Amino acid sequence: MKQTNSLWSFFASVKLAIFTLSFIAVSSIIGTIIPQGESHSFYIKNYGEVWARFFEVLDIPDMYYSWWFIGLLGLLSANLIICSIDRFPGVWRIVNADNLAIKPERLQKMSESKSWKISKSTTDPVLLSKVLLKNGWKTVQKKTDNTVLYFSQKGRWSRTGVYLVHASILIILTGAIIGHFLGFKGSVMIPETKSSSKIYSYENSTPIKLGFEIRCDSFTIEYYDNGMPKEYMSKLTVLKDNREILTKNIEVNSPLTYEGITFYQSSYEGYQDFLITITEQLSEEKKQFIVPFQRQKEWKEKQLRFGIVNAEAIGQRVVRSKLWFKAGNSPASIEWIKDGKSITVKDGSKLYSISVKQMYATGLQVARDPGVWLVYIGCILMLAGLYMAFFMSHRRIWLLITTDENNRSSILLAGSANKNRVDFSSRFSELAQKIESSIS
Amino acid sequence: MDSSQLLGITTFTYLFSTLLYVAIFVFKAPRLGTPATLFTFLAWVIQTAGLILRWKESYNLGFGHAPLTNMYESVVFFAWVIIILYLAIEWKFKTKVIGAFAVPFAFLAMAYASFSTDISKTINPLVPALQSNWLIAHVVTCFVGYAAFAVAAALGIMYLMKSREAGRQTGESSSLLSSLPPLKTIDDITHKTMVFGFIWLSGGIITGAIWANSAWGTYWSWDPKETWSLITWFLYAITLHAKYTRGWSGTKIAFLSIFGFVAVLFTYYGVNFLLAGLHSYGSS
Repeated sequence: MKQTNSLWSFFASVKLAIFTLSFIAVSSIIGTIIPQGESHSFYIKNYGEVWARFFEVLDIPDMYYSWWFIGLLGLLSANLIICSIDRFPGVWRIVNADNLAIKPERLQKMSESKSWKISKSTTDPVLLSKVLLKNGWKTVQKKTDNTVLYFSQKGRWSRTGVYLVHASILIILTGAIIGHFLGFKGSVMIPETKSSSKIYSYENSTPIKLGFEIRCDSFTIEYYDNGMPKEYMSKLTVLKDNREILTKNIEVNSPLTYEGITFYQSSYEGYQDFLITITEQLSEEKKQFIVPFQRQKEWKEKQLRFGIVNAEAIGQRVVRSKLWFKAGNSPASIEWIKDGKSITVKDGSKLYSISVKQMYATGLQVARDPGVWLVYIGCILMLAGLYMAFFMSHRRIWLLITTDENNRSSILLAGSANKNRVDFSSRFSELAQKIESSIS
Repeated sequence: MDSSQLLGITTFTYLFSTLLYVAIFVFKAPRLGTPATLFTFLAWVIQTAGLILRWKESYNLGFGHAPLTNMYESVVFFAWVIIILYLAIEWKFKTKVIGAFAVPFAFLAMAYASFSTDISKTINPLVPALQSNWLIAHVVTCFVGYAAFAVAAALGIMYLMKSREAGRQTGESSSLLSSLPPLKTIDDITHKTMVFGFIWLSGGIITGAIWANSAWGTYWSWDPKETWSLITWFLYAITLHAKYTRGWSGTKIAFLSIFGFVAVLFTYYGVNFLLAGLHSYGSS
C-alpha cells in the first residue's frame, strides 16, 4: 500500500511537472534546429551516416510525433490528472466551506483583524451588517445566545481557476488526439473546369474519398500595382450525384466547408493551355474550350475555328495572348487580348463574345478535423482559468459581535484573501474605518 | 511630416526619457520625477501619432492595413506597448526609478528599428496569407505579452542589482541603489508583470492557432516560431509553478524573468533570422 502511495505522490508532485515541462521545452528545440520531415538521404548528406542512423532511432525527422515525445506529453497529462485529483477535493472543500462555523480564536489570528469594545446601547448588529452590504459585502449570518456572526465572501470560485487551466490543457490534447485519429489532412490539385471526388493524404499520399465531388470552376490571381500577388481565388462547386449543391469563391483565409470537410486555397499551377469561353450574344449559347498553345479548335455547330497563335508571359504567368478567330467564311481576325479579358467579334448578324485566359489548376489543402471544436473550447477555458487564477482572489470577511454578561459588546472584524494581499489589506482598513465611524 | 520622421523623433525622445529616469536614479533627484513622466508621456503621444500616420499612409498607397505587419512595424509597436505598460506600473505603484530600467528597452527597440540596416521601413501591401482579421488580434496579443516580459526582465535586473548590494551589507544607505523600491516590492511587481505577460502570450498563441486553422486548416504545425512560443510559454509556466508551489521568490525569480525574456527575444527575433518557417513574413 505504501508503495502505491509513493507512486501516487510521485505523479501528483509539482517536481514531476517542472521536470516534464523543462524536458519538453528543451527537447522541442531539437526539432526547430534539425529540419523535420526530410528524406533519409538528406540527413546522411547533412549530418553524416552515424548521426543519420542515430536520428532514425530517435525518430528525430518526425520528432513531435515520435514515441518519446508523445510519451512526454502523456507523462504531462498523467501528472496533470493525478495532481488535480490529489488537490482538487481540498480546494472544493474551501470553496463550499461553512464559513459561519469558524471559531472566534481563529478569527483573531487572521492576517487582517480589528476589534472594538463598546457599551451595548450603541451597537445594532443589523446596522453593522448594512455597513458591510453598502461596501459590497453581501452577508449570511448565524446567531447564538450572545453572539451574532456575519460572513461575506467574493471570488471563491477563483480557487478553481488553476484546475480549469489544467483541465483545458487536457481538453486541447483530447481534441488533438480526436483530430489525429478521426480526421485527415491532405491536398488535391484540380485544373479549371475539372472536378475530383478524392484527395491525397499528406501522410502517405493515399487517396481519400470525399463522398462528393468538388469542381474548380475558375482560378484567378489578382496583383497589386507593384506586381505582388494580392489574392488567390478559386470558384469551387460541390457536386453530389452530378447535382450542384453549392458554389463558393474561396481565398486564402476564407475556405469552403462542406460536410465537415474544409477546402483551403493553398497553391496553384499554370498550364500552357488556354481556356477560351465563347458566348453567342443573341441566343446566349455558351461553350468553354481548353485550347493548347498554337493548336486549332473548332465549335462545329457554329462553324467557328480559333486558336492562340502567340502569348506574352512574365515567368509562368501569361499577360496577354494573341487570338486567331474565324467564323464561317468571313475573313479571320487576329487580336491581342489581356489575360482574363474578352472581345466581341461580329460575323454577319451574329455577335460573339470571346474571353481568353491562361488555364490554371488550383491547389487545395483539405482537412477534416472533428476535434477542432474541443481545442477551441479548451483555449477559451484556458484563458478564463488563467484570468480566474491570477486576477481574481478569494476574499472573506467576518464580523463577530459578542455581548458579555456586563452588557458590553465586543466587535471583531476579520478577513483574509488568498492573493493580492496588499490590495486586500488597504480595502480592509477602509472597511474597518467605516465600521468604526458607524459605532462611535 | 511623415510617419518615419515622427517615429524617428520618438527614438530620440525615448533616449531623453531614459536619461531623465537614469538621472532620478543616479543623482537621487526626485524633483525630476514629474518632468520625466510628462516627457515620456509626450514621447509616447508622438509615437502614437506616428503609428496612426503610418496607418493612414498605407491607405493613401491604396492598400490600407494596420501598422503591424513586418519587423519594423512590430518593433515600433513593441516599444509603444513597453511605454504604456511602464507608465501604468508607475501610476499604480507610485515609483519612478523603474523607468531607468524599463524605458531603455523601448529606446533600444526604437533605435534598432530606426538605424538597423537589416529591416526595411517601407510600407508594403499584404500578401494573401496575412489578409485576415486575426492579424491584428494575433500581433497585439503577442506583443503586449512580449512587452510585459521585457518590463519583467527590467525589474529582474533591478532586483539583482539591489539584492547584491543588500548582500554586501555595507550599511552605506547613501549608496546609489538605496533609492530603488524595497526588494519585496520589486519581487511583487515582477511577478505581477510576468503573470500579465503570460496571459497575453497564451492569448497570442491561441489567436495564432485559430488564424492558422482558418488559413491552412492546421491549428498547430510545429513550425519553429510556434515551437519557440510554446517553449517560452513553458518557461514562464515553470516559473509560476516554482513560485506558487515551491515558494521560489527573489533572486531565482529575477533570474528566470531575465532568462524568460531571452527566450522571448529568440522567439520574436532569433527564429526569423536563424530558422526557416511559416513566419518568414516577420523578417523583412
